[in-house]
Amino acid sequence: MKQTSRITSTYSADTMGVCSALFELGGMTIMHDASGCNSTYTTHDEPRWYDMDSMVYISALTEMEAIMGDDEKLLGDIEDAVRELHPKFVAIAGTPIPTMTGFDFEAVASVAEQRTGVPCFGFATTGMNTYIHGVSMAFETLAKRIVKDVDKEKKSGKTIKVNIIGLTPLDFSVNGQDSSIASWLESEGFEVVSRWAMGSTLEEIAMAGEADVNLVVSASGLAAAKVLFERFGMPYAVGLPIGHELPGTFADLIKTKVREFKETDASADVSNPATFESREISIHSGVFLGGFESDAQPYNKDFAAVIGEGIASLSLASAIELDCGIPAKVLCATECPADMLRECDRMTPDEDDIIPELKGAAYIIADPLYKPICPTEAKFIPLPSEGFSGRLYRDEIPNLIDNPEAILGQLK
Amino acid sequence: MLKKVNANENRNNVEIPQVRIGDAEFPQPFRSGLEYASPARGTWNIVHTGMLIPEAHEIFVCASCCLRGVVLTAAEMGAMDRFSTVEIREHNLLDGDMEELVIEGVSDIINKLPKRPPAVLVYTSCVHHFTGVDLDMIYERLRERFPDIDFTDCYMNPIMRKSGMTPDQLMRSRLYTMLHEREINPRAVAIIGNDLPTDEDSELMYMLKSNDFTVHEITSCKSYEEYQEMAESAYYISYYPDAAPGGDMLADRLGGKHIKMNFSFDYEEIDETFAELAGALGINPRKPSDIADARRVCEEELAATKELVGDTPIAIDYTYCTRPLGLAKMLLIHGFNVQKVYLDAVSGGDKEAFDYLKRKYPDLMLEPTVHAGMRFAQTANRDACGKVLALGQKAAYFENTNHFVNLVEGGGMMGYEAIYRTARLMREAFETEKDMKELVGIKGLGCEGGCCS
Repeated sequence: MKQTSRITSTYSADTMGVCSALFELGGMTIMHDASGCNSTYTTHDEPRWYDMDSMVYISALTEMEAIMGDDEKLLGDIEDAVRELHPKFVAIAGTPIPTMTGFDFEAVASVAEQRTGVPCFGFATTGMNTYIHGVSMAFETLAKRIVKDVDKEKKSGKTIKVNIIGLTPLDFSVNGQDSSIASWLESEGFEVVSRWAMGSTLEEIAMAGEADVNLVVSASGLAAAKVLFERFGMPYAVGLPIGHELPGTFADLIKTKVREFKETDASADVSNPATFESREISIHSGVFLGGFESDAQPYNKDFAAVIGEGIASLSLASAIELDCGIPAKVLCATECPADMLRECDRMTPDEDDIIPELKGAAYIIADPLYKPICPTEAKFIPLPSEGFSGRLYRDEIPNLIDNPEAILGQLK
Repeated sequence: MLKKVNANENRNNVEIPQVRIGDAEFPQPFRSGLEYASPARGTWNIVHTGMLIPEAHEIFVCASCCLRGVVLTAAEMGAMDRFSTVEIREHNLLDGDMEELVIEGVSDIINKLPKRPPAVLVYTSCVHHFTGVDLDMIYERLRERFPDIDFTDCYMNPIMRKSGMTPDQLMRSRLYTMLHEREINPRAVAIIGNDLPTDEDSELMYMLKSNDFTVHEITSCKSYEEYQEMAESAYYISYYPDAAPGGDMLADRLGGKHIKMNFSFDYEEIDETFAELAGALGINPRKPSDIADARRVCEEELAATKELVGDTPIAIDYTYCTRPLGLAKMLLIHGFNVQKVYLDAVSGGDKEAFDYLKRKYPDLMLEPTVHAGMRFAQTANRDACGKVLALGQKAAYFENTNHFVNLVEGGGMMGYEAIYRTARLMREAFETEKDMKELVGIKGLGCEGGCCS
């Protein structure tokens, strides 16, 4: 039955995604909730909590405040906290009860902004989507409200400048993968302008408009990439530099396409502007599929199944196909645009969606908390994800950018 | 009163809230506002507590943001085989199918389990409360479908924490709703509502066992049948305040007598509560010589501890036991340098100690644990000089000290034993450093590693 899990875990929710996305940026994020969300977030979703002083709070909503629609209590508490703690911005994220009572996040954020003089953002998260949805909302807002307009002349340098969008510990933990992606870009001759949002300040993100292209490393970065395309005409590359063959090919493709788009845009007919989709540079192009057809045939028997976030799983699946010569199917358990996946891939939000897709698999690469539902005939290769198992296997999460053999080596 | 610290480069002069007890108001010394969650996680939650019922299966029906914490609690306990979820999605709020989702979801999970559990705890949430879900009908249907399974209603509805019974009180009472009525044994007692077992060498256990009572406690039950044997008890003893509603419920339902005892660090109150117990059980009260001996042990242990720790600053928090101010009072009377107590509210049981400390030790500082400014308290103490001895995980975290007594919810202590054991633990903590960061993050102290299963 859909929506049931007999024995597997639950992905971190959209509410926590907002907190994770904004954690390093010096703001104050408030989960509008009774209790529990904050301790869950800080215990299982936020490996930076102990060592980094970020302001993430709950509003401590009560039954009477919810029933009576007492938004003034929250507004007053925000005013007090801003006065005492001086955040750079305030974000208010929703949970199930405000969703049910029709709490108007944008309106309350607007009033709070007027009263405090600090930028305030309202996120109508419901606590009923995965973290990808919440991270996406937060990054989209940064792209709209924080990123500054830029002088076009600043973008005329020879070096291709890149924003990395979609970084949170929920997908990349705190084992250096975020820095490895940046290092890979630099080693390929790119210049990194900003990293959304691990390793960059709010001020650095505000300068993201200076970049030539966005590298979207998880599905949570797509919405922001779209805003940056609409504001600055920036194309976007989708994927992670995993494996031996894929990173170099991917880097070359980005360079070629960015130059191609620049030339196209320079001579473009203003009455027929490019679409966002036409400015995608991705593993979707088939370059990384290594010659496999995208129909379902190779994926019925002796294939590798990769369960997890869409873009990371697609990149890993591509690396498996290119480096190991094994068909690899993605079972995407979090939100991802349907056209991002190949025909052989599946959206599998529930335990009962996943189980039949694993039939015939020779290898299953997934978080260890999926193991109880995996067929014993398949070789299970653990790839923990903080977004699914939290801190439980944190020490075992590999840096797939620097050490792809941690996974690929087990398929050869 | 606010202590100013430079906690963050972006936020100079962040204000850490604190108040002299002499200036504090009962029962809320601090105003409410946005709330912070410290990384200290040793207290038990409703997953840990529910797992105390041997062989029972827990099914949570909630939104994913609420499921996240409980499912990973079960995973960290190594108890995923006793834990399942039904996830509420946005369309369920609009479709009006919440009852159907619970009934069909729970049924689906039960039918998929490799072994039929004797009991299923179904946890519903705030969403069910606000949508007016017919819980009675849900449980009626489930009992019809699965007559061989005991079902009980459990709740994860923190929004109700200030409306009637708290979630903690509810959970501790739900533990005993599945006991089947059976013949009462006049020499059997059940100690109820504790997450941690009562110390075998406590006066309470000694008094009960030396008077030939069979003592039942859920923490020691190894099977569902053994759990059911609790129903033979003629007396239900509670000494954890949030356990009391469960005792009242049992007395109403099964006919035994509920005896509420007071957990205390005050000699007179300890004697009083044990005398009341003896009267209720119809046994001889403790002899004056036994009481004198117990007090002598306490005094000797406290003196030895004072000799060792001297004037080392001491901080206490409310997770250590249910009477943090009573503990502070006892230690201050014995000459210890208690400087700070971390709490967000003062319980009714601590009112007498609050009033006493207000008069006699007005400079004792109170600090909250959830106030937004507490985010920076630990940072402020990172560079502090000198050793601080903490009793409780939150005090240890905020004081940034590795010298702390790692104990929650009273740790099974009761009576004079709570005093002399605390004194011994203080000496141990003073002499031996612990890995505070590692230890305080463990959820459900005493339950980790699946010991509840």
